[in-house]
Amino acid sequence: MNEQLRRILPLVQKPARYVGGEYGQVIKKKEDVRLRVAFCFPDTYEIGMSNIGMRILYGIMNEMDGVWCERVFAPWGDMEAQMRQAQLPLYALESQDPIRDFDLVAFTIGYEMSYTNILNMLDLAGIPLYARERSGLHGIVFAGGVCAVNPEPLADFIDFFSIGEGEEMTPEILRLYERAKAEDWTKERFLRAVAQIEGVYVPSLYEHRYGEDGTLAEIIPLDGAPEKVTKRIIKDLDQAYYPAKTMVPSTEIVHDRTNLEVFRGCIRGCRFCQAGFCYRPVRPRNADTLYRQAVEALEYSGNHEINLSSLSTSDYKQLEPLADRLMDYCEANKINLSLPSLRADNFSRELMLKVQRLRKSSLTFAPEAGTQRLRDAINKNVTEEEILTTCANAFSGGWNSVKLYFMLGLPTETDEDVLGIADLVWKIIQTWKECAVNRKRGLSINLATAFFVPKPFTPFQWEAQITPAEYMRRVRLLQGALHSKSVDYRYHGSDLSYLEAVLARGDRRLGDVLAYAVRHGARLDGWDEYFDNDIWMEAFAACGVDPAFYAQRTYQKDEVLPWQTIDVGVRPSFLWRERELAYASQTTPDCRTHCSGCGANQLEGGVICDA
Amino acid sequence: MPRLVFEKTGDSIWISHLDLMRVFQRAFRRAGLLLKHSQGFNPRAIVSIALPLSVGVESSCELLDFELEQPEPVTPERLNAVLPQGIRVLDVLENGRKLKELTHLRARVTLTYDHGVPEHAAECIRTLFRRESLVLEKRSKKGVSQVDILPMIAKLEVLQADDDTIVLDAAVCAQNPSLNPQQLAAAVECYLPELTPDTVTIRREEVLDTEGRIFR
Repeated sequence: MNEQLRRILPLVQKPARYVGGEYGQVIKKKEDVRLRVAFCFPDTYEIGMSNIGMRILYGIMNEMDGVWCERVFAPWGDMEAQMRQAQLPLYALESQDPIRDFDLVAFTIGYEMSYTNILNMLDLAGIPLYARERSGLHGIVFAGGVCAVNPEPLADFIDFFSIGEGEEMTPEILRLYERAKAEDWTKERFLRAVAQIEGVYVPSLYEHRYGEDGTLAEIIPLDGAPEKVTKRIIKDLDQAYYPAKTMVPSTEIVHDRTNLEVFRGCIRGCRFCQAGFCYRPVRPRNADTLYRQAVEALEYSGNHEINLSSLSTSDYKQLEPLADRLMDYCEANKINLSLPSLRADNFSRELMLKVQRLRKSSLTFAPEAGTQRLRDAINKNVTEEEILTTCANAFSGGWNSVKLYFMLGLPTETDEDVLGIADLVWKIIQTWKECAVNRKRGLSINLATAFFVPKPFTPFQWEAQITPAEYMRRVRLLQGALHSKSVDYRYHGSDLSYLEAVLARGDRRLGDVLAYAVRHGARLDGWDEYFDNDIWMEAFAACGVDPAFYAQRTYQKDEVLPWQTIDVGVRPSFLWRERELAYASQTTPDCRTHCSGCGANQLEGGVICDA
Repeated sequence: MPRLVFEKTGDSIWISHLDLMRVFQRAFRRAGLLLKHSQGFNPRAIVSIALPLSVGVESSCELLDFELEQPEPVTPERLNAVLPQGIRVLDVLENGRKLKELTHLRARVTLTYDHGVPEHAAECIRTLFRRESLVLEKRSKKGVSQVDILPMIAKLEVLQADDDTIVLDAAVCAQNPSLNPQQLAAAVECYLPELTPDTVTIRREEVLDTEGRIFR
């Protein structure tokens, strides 16, 4: 081991996350490797190792001949301080080599508040932050993940983005890079060529011009770059790579279990949900495929827990037969099967009892809004009656704890909607009093509210966010209306969600703000221990950027949107229609009931949406 | 109960005691061996590792007791094929001795000096450990107490291994009370601050019974 590293590890918390060596990691002989990729997750090891997307792409890249992909995570603050003091540059876990020596540096971005981690990791690696400061093919930085659908705040730093699902696109990019390296291309030539790969967006090939009112006036593609970059998807998930043989961490991570992705996309169309629109169309895996993959993954990893994941697992058509088969296997092998994201409207008692046979998981609902009117406006098609019926079933089946998730600040929300949350909580308590089998054990309700953040590619992408002060007023209004000791109420911080809104709908002018914030200590913003709003406010002031312009302004219907070069398959006209329906408190049926023609089935020259 | 003897070296020394139990619980499954589980609401695979090792300490004599749902012979090879880097099973015993008979452990504490071992350092350290008593502060949940570590050192040799390193080869009490070999280095740092090394590395070499025989 690197002597510098060995000396600092005794000084930091949880050193096991900084050394690699886990079962299932990929080690290659350097003489067989022509292309080295540093695959960076801009958050801690515990978060990044829980991410299934990273495991998929790690597996795919390492299956390529001559390519070695290694993992890199953001160090916790204590480790970062030690690394800086010892002048130990950021390294990849497998080889413990500095990533500045790698050919390609890739990031996967799932959360706006990890943008500063990206910059901080580049800095820690000794790689220049700005793309324009990096010349030559060596050390090209690219990024993908759901946040890449609005790449603009990171346009100054990332050489190119891959939009959509990366299983097919990533090898195409790597092969092109290999050729460029062998033929000694310039960086400019490579970027022009990579922009021709479907789904690749090269920000430096687009000029953004602003009007006098500060909004975007025009986006001009340069050097033959495509006018629209359309996201890539995998047509047939049964044929897609599944990381059955994947790394098993030697230290505890957030989701320490086997993850089985049952389908992609979502039939629901909740109007605030970015993933719900960006991951369309719906493409399931066959239950037989899933069962085979589950057994293979469990046997390989030795995990004692498996999770069926997707945006809404209870909408999986073959859930019952799959759950039945898995349950038998899991019971025989003492494995815990967990089924999250269950929706109130189709969570059957039968299924609940089956799950209970193995282990009692908690009961979770995300009604998101307190009144039927607002739930209709956001198209969260769940009724109070359904929630209370499910609760009654659960309470009589022995459950005694409920988790409830809501949002405050949704478009059209009034005080009546806020108080409706307290009302629903009260009704759940009454239901428990009527149905509980063992009242002595008490009821525990964990209630959480998030601060609504308008996101690109949702019907609410044009909406203004309410101010942090107004959000806090609504939090206190709700707090004042909750009277039961059974309720533990927690709410998201207002400052963080305000920034999230700025970055989510931001444009290129935020680049300097990000760089300023990072140079003045911003990092790990998603963590309360590190988030410092003052740094950000100072950064906005220093760069002459008004954050309210991005978060609290209603974007106009005909406005040029910073992210409009990207096409996720769902038409803007569809999103606008959904927005109008929201204001009329009208719901749109789920995609299984009725196709509303969002356009996502036109991707890849036509794909079957199996809602 | 069956017992594994395993070593923990290289980067695996950074795995904590609790995490190491999880590593083995999974490794048994990977090897196709189902461990016996605890009863109750939240069944857990039963494995027990004797004398938790501090993070960052190497060892060649770790003991893990386990019980299988269906008893069958286990070979080191079978587990080694599925263990992470640095953890290697050396031996599998059908039945281990009672743990309370494990009384001492031998440890090798290496003090490294980047700019060479200071003059007469080995001699000074030898003299230090020949004192009547050697009191160190011990921090525990109950607070800070003063502990004389000398009665817990059964044997100690101090040698200068090369220009940069001094090795303390020690046998110390392992249980009731126990002395963490780290304390030997701490004693040097506390009483001979001018001999504070740049790095300290520790390796647990062997576990022993009261007679000083190898414990298995």
